Amino acid sequence: MTINLILLFALILVALWTVMTIRLIRSIVGLALTSAILSVIMYRLHSPLAAVFELSVCSGLISVIFVTTVSFTQRISKEKLRIRRKERLLKFWYLPVILIATAVMLCQHLLTPQFTLPLLVPAQGLGVRDLLWSCRHLDLLGQVVMLLAGAFGVVILFKESRK
Amino acid sequence: MSQSALQLFCTFGIFIILLLITGAYCMFVSFNLIRVLIGFEILIKAVTLLIICAGYVCGRTALAQAIVITLIVIEIVVMVVAGGVALWAYRHNKTIDPRKLSNLKG
Repeated sequence: MTINLILLFALILVALWTVMTIRLIRSIVGLALTSAILSVIMYRLHSPLAAVFELSVCSGLISVIFVTTVSFTQRISKEKLRIRRKERLLKFWYLPVILIATAVMLCQHLLTPQFTLPLLVPAQGLGVRDLLWSCRHLDLLGQVVMLLAGAFGVVILFKESRK
Repeated sequence: MSQSALQLFCTFGIFIILLLITGAYCMFVSFNLIRVLIGFEILIKAVTLLIICAGYVCGRTALAQAIVITLIVIEIVVMVVAGGVALWAYRHNKTIDPRKLSNLKG
């Protein structure tokens, strides 16, 4: 449980850094790190297939998409960066305070966390593959439709931009 | 659900709520379309952790994994399209600040 706790703290800290850092590229790296830590947590919660998906797709592919999008936009000057850094600090210094206050409130009043609990052993049932292919047909259909819709959407967006 | 499982869920629940707050704050405060998407991503990560944790404490990790895989596929499609929209907005307006998107109809 201690390792899980360290991972959860790391997840929150990296997410906070992702949100607060000024450079977009650093934010994207932070997002990839958040996904990587989340995938380790998922693996430890006996969900290895979802963890692999999270690591490869969310940590890899989405980072590539974000980097591509950022690379098409213009780099801001140092003067603008300095101004934005000040604005960003003014906007975001509340966030760690809000997070700490919420955590303290939840720990004291609403929830009673037990950090020394042993991990539970999950009940054995249908495997993921069996479940996905035999019981969740509608999900698969939805995924195919979403992928097609996404592909068409991107084609239309980029086609219009060429004109 | 046993008492120990509920307590484990509560422990993870605190961090899930903190992650939700972080993502939501980023979405509401930022005036940059890419940063809004990053906040949205963090929100999705919180939901993913919630589903996996719920599946774990109920002993139904296979179902949770199936749902998370569906979530990830939909997430990637949404991100690709949203990234394309942000790029389209930049090419037409030379900015990704949503306050300056003045040529939107409606």
